[in-house]
Amino acid sequence: MEYLPNFQVHRPGTAEEAVKLRVDNVDARFLAGGTDMIVNVRRGIERPSDLIDLTHIGELTEIREEAEGIRVGAAVTLQQLSDHETVRKSYRAASEAAGSVAGPTHRAYGTVGGNLCLDTRCLFYNQSEWWRSSNAYCLKHRGEVCHVAPGGRECFAAYSGDLAPAMLVHEARAGLIGPDGRREIPLAELYRDDGMDHLTMAPGELLASVLLPKETADIPSGYEKSRVRGSIDFPLAGAAARLRTRDGVIEDIRVALTGVRSWPFALTGTDRFIGQVLDDNVLDDLREMARTQSKPMRTGTVAPWYRRRVVGALTRRLAARLGA
Amino acid sequence: MKTQISLTVNGRRRDDTVSDNLLLVDYLRETLGLNGTKIGCDGGECGCCTVLVDGRARHACLTLATSCDGTHVETVESLAAKGRLSAIQRGFNEKLGAQCGFCTPGMIMAAEGLLRENPMPTEDEIRAGMAANICRCTGYVKIIESVQAAARELAQ
Repeated sequence: MEYLPNFQVHRPGTAEEAVKLRVDNVDARFLAGGTDMIVNVRRGIERPSDLIDLTHIGELTEIREEAEGIRVGAAVTLQQLSDHETVRKSYRAASEAAGSVAGPTHRAYGTVGGNLCLDTRCLFYNQSEWWRSSNAYCLKHRGEVCHVAPGGRECFAAYSGDLAPAMLVHEARAGLIGPDGRREIPLAELYRDDGMDHLTMAPGELLASVLLPKETADIPSGYEKSRVRGSIDFPLAGAAARLRTRDGVIEDIRVALTGVRSWPFALTGTDRFIGQVLDDNVLDDLREMARTQSKPMRTGTVAPWYRRRVVGALTRRLAARLGA
Repeated sequence: MKTQISLTVNGRRRDDTVSDNLLLVDYLRETLGLNGTKIGCDGGECGCCTVLVDGRARHACLTLATSCDGTHVETVESLAAKGRLSAIQRGFNEKLGAQCGFCTPGMIMAAEGLLRENPMPTEDEIRAGMAANICRCTGYVKIIESVQAAARELAQ
């Protein structure tokens, strides 16, 4: 680990002040829990001149029940989200995903916004400065070559947040605050499949909240993940699903994955299962769909073929659980 | 940049001017000389640096000292009183919860946080509640027995 660079910490009281501090200074970074940001600063991946602490901004630290659904502030901790009574009852996937991030100590101060905006991860990127410099760095940061796919000009670092796929199956909306004011977009539009630059937010924009819409409340949902150890590790792969059946026939289905591409994404083509009986054939088809739409690369110590198999198995197991 | 912070550490009021980039673990170890809190992985993966901030477990190596302004910080040094170990420390001692001992201060503080919230946890609750702490010696069985022994003693 490195000594920390000489940054200044700011503690704004409003989101607008936070955005202004960020816009005024390209080398400033937002800081919430810090469970990932401080690690990245220590490893020299982030070299901020200023850190803008978001945990003192009232609207970011609340969970509010609104007419359109449940609005979760970005600085709400993962444990608070996971334990929230309405979220546990009506948005089960979000509760399970938040409750499965890292370990209990991380969840007590790691935040919703931090997990959703988590940087993409790679074996060649999440290393100390010394490690990366001795390996001529990499395409994502200061280097010329991607060590995962040396011939290409693309970064394959994997998006590894647990919460995003759950939020995608709930069709959550992201509340953003930027220099030009506030806007709301479907959470899916927050991401793009690019390991170098996977967030679509404009420079200086802040993810302020996530809205869990009432349209998807109370539909059975869940989250399953696989990791090397039972705790602390980032997921090798994760699957969230929303699935409602009546008399065994699928009425509503949506599946989203994490850890297997540079963005969290909803499976395309699941609508064709609507109206079908949730039997072993459909479950097998769903497993194949999850496998074929995943593109894990050698970004970790576990082989891509295993992660592809495991994401299929997780999806199948989860659908079977929700349909039972 | 430096910031003035006021906090309590192990019940004693501190007013210090600290660099914005000073980590809580370095503040505790270097400024205050409280070496009980250990630096293991330096990245939030091992839990050796676990302390309590306002009663909740937190990684001192991922927390800036400036963020602790106005809080109550507790380290392993706060537990023994008048020459007598706390119930959790005694549990770890008597049930052999420590081998090399490096993870032990973090384990004890994680257990302290857990037992304050849930004084009589089941084995599964202990495993889940202490899942952010890694021990490379014991295989965890003795650690769980230590926490159970402490919970039983505290309940009496």
